[in-house]
Amino acid sequence: MDLKDKLISSFMAFENKIDVEHPVHDIRSEAFKNFEEKGFPTKKEEAWKYTSLKSLQKIDFSIFPKEVNALENKQVKKYFLQEIDTYKIVFVDGIYSSFLSETTHDGVDICLMSAALTKPMYKQYIDVYFNKVASKEDSLTTLNTAFSREGAFIYIPKNKMPKKPVEIVHFSTGNEASLMIQPRNLIIAEENAELQVIERHQSLTTNEVLTNVVTEIFAAENAIIDYYKIQNDAKTASLIDNTYINQKSNSVVKVHTFSFGGKLTRNNLNFYQNGEHIDSTMKGITILGDKQHVDHHTLVHHIEPNCESHQDYKGVYGENSTGVFNGKIIVDKIAQKTNAFQQNNNILISDKATINTKPQLEIFADDVKCSHGCTIGQLDEDALFYLQSRGIPKKEARALLMYAFANNVLESVRISELKTSINRLIAEKLGVRLGFDL
Amino acid sequence: MAYTEEELKKELETKEYEYGFYTDIESDTFPIGLNEEIVVAISKKKEEPDWMTQWRLEAFKAWKLMEEPEWANITYPKPDFQAISYYSAPNSKPKYDSLDEVDPELLDTFKRLGISLDEQKKLAGVAVDIVMDSVSVATTFKKTLAEKGIIFCSISEAIKEHPELVKKYIGSVVPQKDNFYAALNSAVFSDGSFCYIPKGVRCPMELSTYFRINQAGTGQFERTLVIADKGSYVSYLEGCTAPSRDENQLHAAVVELIALDDAEIKYSTVQNWFPGDKNGKGGVFNFVTKRGICHTNSKISWTQVETGSAVTWKYPSCILKGDNSIGEFYSIAVTNNYQQADTGTKMIHIGKNTRSTIISKGISAGKSQNSYRGLVQVNSRAKNARNFSQCDSLLMGNDCGAHTFPYIEVKNKTAQIEHEATTSKIGEDQIFYCNQRGIDTEKAIALIVNGFSKEVLNKLPMEFAVEAQKLLEISLEGSVG
Repeated sequence: MDLKDKLISSFMAFENKIDVEHPVHDIRSEAFKNFEEKGFPTKKEEAWKYTSLKSLQKIDFSIFPKEVNALENKQVKKYFLQEIDTYKIVFVDGIYSSFLSETTHDGVDICLMSAALTKPMYKQYIDVYFNKVASKEDSLTTLNTAFSREGAFIYIPKNKMPKKPVEIVHFSTGNEASLMIQPRNLIIAEENAELQVIERHQSLTTNEVLTNVVTEIFAAENAIIDYYKIQNDAKTASLIDNTYINQKSNSVVKVHTFSFGGKLTRNNLNFYQNGEHIDSTMKGITILGDKQHVDHHTLVHHIEPNCESHQDYKGVYGENSTGVFNGKIIVDKIAQKTNAFQQNNNILISDKATINTKPQLEIFADDVKCSHGCTIGQLDEDALFYLQSRGIPKKEARALLMYAFANNVLESVRISELKTSINRLIAEKLGVRLGFDL
Repeated sequence: MAYTEEELKKELETKEYEYGFYTDIESDTFPIGLNEEIVVAISKKKEEPDWMTQWRLEAFKAWKLMEEPEWANITYPKPDFQAISYYSAPNSKPKYDSLDEVDPELLDTFKRLGISLDEQKKLAGVAVDIVMDSVSVATTFKKTLAEKGIIFCSISEAIKEHPELVKKYIGSVVPQKDNFYAALNSAVFSDGSFCYIPKGVRCPMELSTYFRINQAGTGQFERTLVIADKGSYVSYLEGCTAPSRDENQLHAAVVELIALDDAEIKYSTVQNWFPGDKNGKGGVFNFVTKRGICHTNSKISWTQVETGSAVTWKYPSCILKGDNSIGEFYSIAVTNNYQQADTGTKMIHIGKNTRSTIISKGISAGKSQNSYRGLVQVNSRAKNARNFSQCDSLLMGNDCGAHTFPYIEVKNKTAQIEHEATTSKIGEDQIFYCNQRGIDTEKAIALIVNGFSKEVLNKLPMEFAVEAQKLLEISLEGSVG
């Protein structure tokens, strides 16, 4: 039985577990119909030209994990930010772990999607925001919508800011031979609100995991949101990340994606600018080896005038890895005075690594400044020689140059402890120890 | 003399498409529709050998199974392939030995096109092969070329007289089954140009082909084959026009270039098919497959100025097969009114130390859509491949669109690829600066557009560069606003 059939039959079982009378269930059924019709995307579709989900569909994933999976704090401590305190929303095999989490309702709501979907007090938010920006056409997004039940729910009211950053962490324990989880996150920042979120998916064993996550983010006027995605999962874990962001006037949303791990990672990052003077920033560092495959698909839709978007993706590809970048900027006819910039720089360090990149512009307004740049090259031999001649071993010298290459992206990380932790991850990935912090 | 805005307006309205006349020459046109019999009949008509007929039939078989491509960023009513006549030849044609025998009306047509077959043009050093409604009418300058061993003739003549060359190379770069339109062309191509430059010969003059669709309800399917043998050089020009008609005409050509070791081919196109009127009615559908293959140390350079056609679908490409080979692509695509262009290039790096350059300038005005679509592919054994791409778009008015779809696929770590693209409009301060110095806005725009496209215009041969500049001006007239 292939994965699609399995998901179809699981949906009926899923309906037995939830309240089918709830209005959200209509959304689920609608979404499910769409998935049933479209199925998994194939390489024939333009958006999936370079990424195949075929091998994943052959794996017999269990859709509903066993209910109890306790984890000791010390087992997972290293996956959290240690130097600073954070709110934590932790899931183990897709199920909320209250033991590892730290949520709050003090002025702001940092809690669970399951609560938001069922409790009457949250109905007002669910009605207005749930599944409002996520695609109703994309098959994987609708698959997630159909099974949406658990995830993070964050609501920051007007003029509020949580005391500390929020960490959303998904662990998979390997209790199942192979597991598919579909978290659904909803993040709302009202006017003048501010929020920092760190999202991480971590598999604790080498059992196969497939995560199909959908995150909807709403930034109201003047809201500021920083979102960090750390993708450093085991080599047997695959991730399909669908993020949809709806921005209103004067809001600033930055999404940083750090892709170092995982077997197959696909990031669909979509920004919709529904207002003026909006700033949208997407940055990413990708360092791959082995047979890893990372596919970044970004979309910025400039709907209103006077907005900006900035994209900066850096990639280093070694061994048999494959990197895909597809950045799409759409500027509507009325979106005059748009500034949209896109940059994608890549370094290939192996003959067997592949890069496919397609920076795409679709522009319908005339008074705009749009540009994209894309380079593929190698580390500068002269620079490498220079460092070596100053007594820095080759490996470290290469790592230093790669740091320099990726530094643009790291610089804009606003949580310094996170920056340190990412630095450590990069050093680990490059197999070096550097005697300084960046 | 005072030149009022009213006058300018009037002039613009009358000046729309100056090549839009129809020459009344009796034509020998086939019945409409397409089937195997028609394919065979075309082949018979051209007195082709059996292998050619078979080759056409093979292509036709493949075509029947293919579907029209949908991926391009263009929308148009699908042509009805059964409602087109696949062969139309000026009737009083046959073989001319001297210009005196040519139908005077036809000569007049050429004069109006500014292409004179007379001595003057010969002095200008251009050998012209004119293809009107599918059939090659005359090739000038043949003798001078023959002295050097250069073969420049119509493809049907080449099939008869140089079958070994044609047989060896036709379909070697663009196979019959390559794509929908290439397959159609392979089955029904009626004529085209053939050019062979022998070893070590530098062609002393620009070779030029002129295409014109004259008859209503016909499609033009020409096939061009240029072979540059080892160490040779040729510069080839191609010009196109069609009379204005309010139905859409179909043009599906195939161009194959073969640059053997150390050879260089420079292929320039000025495409000015009828773009349709200002309401988007009529115009030519231009679906063209152009591709060249570079052997060791060779170079192919494509230069194109695309100002015509209602719909353009065209990707002149280079397969850089040999080591140290070079591919270049310089393009200006101008769209106005309801024109749509989806054009670009493919650079396939296979050999070591291969280099490619892509400079693409898109200018969109009116309600037009202009897309750049390109592929740069570096295969895993293509060591030290180098590519530089630049695509700039200029938008005039906010009813038009500019799109870029650059695909970059790299499988070798020594590759160096740079791609940059920008989209902008003509700066108000630039126009103001010109106005302030007494240059009116229309002229100022022409100036700025010329500056914008200079990098590409510079690559055109002299005679063409002037014409191309004029074409740019004409295409953009009335787009100020």
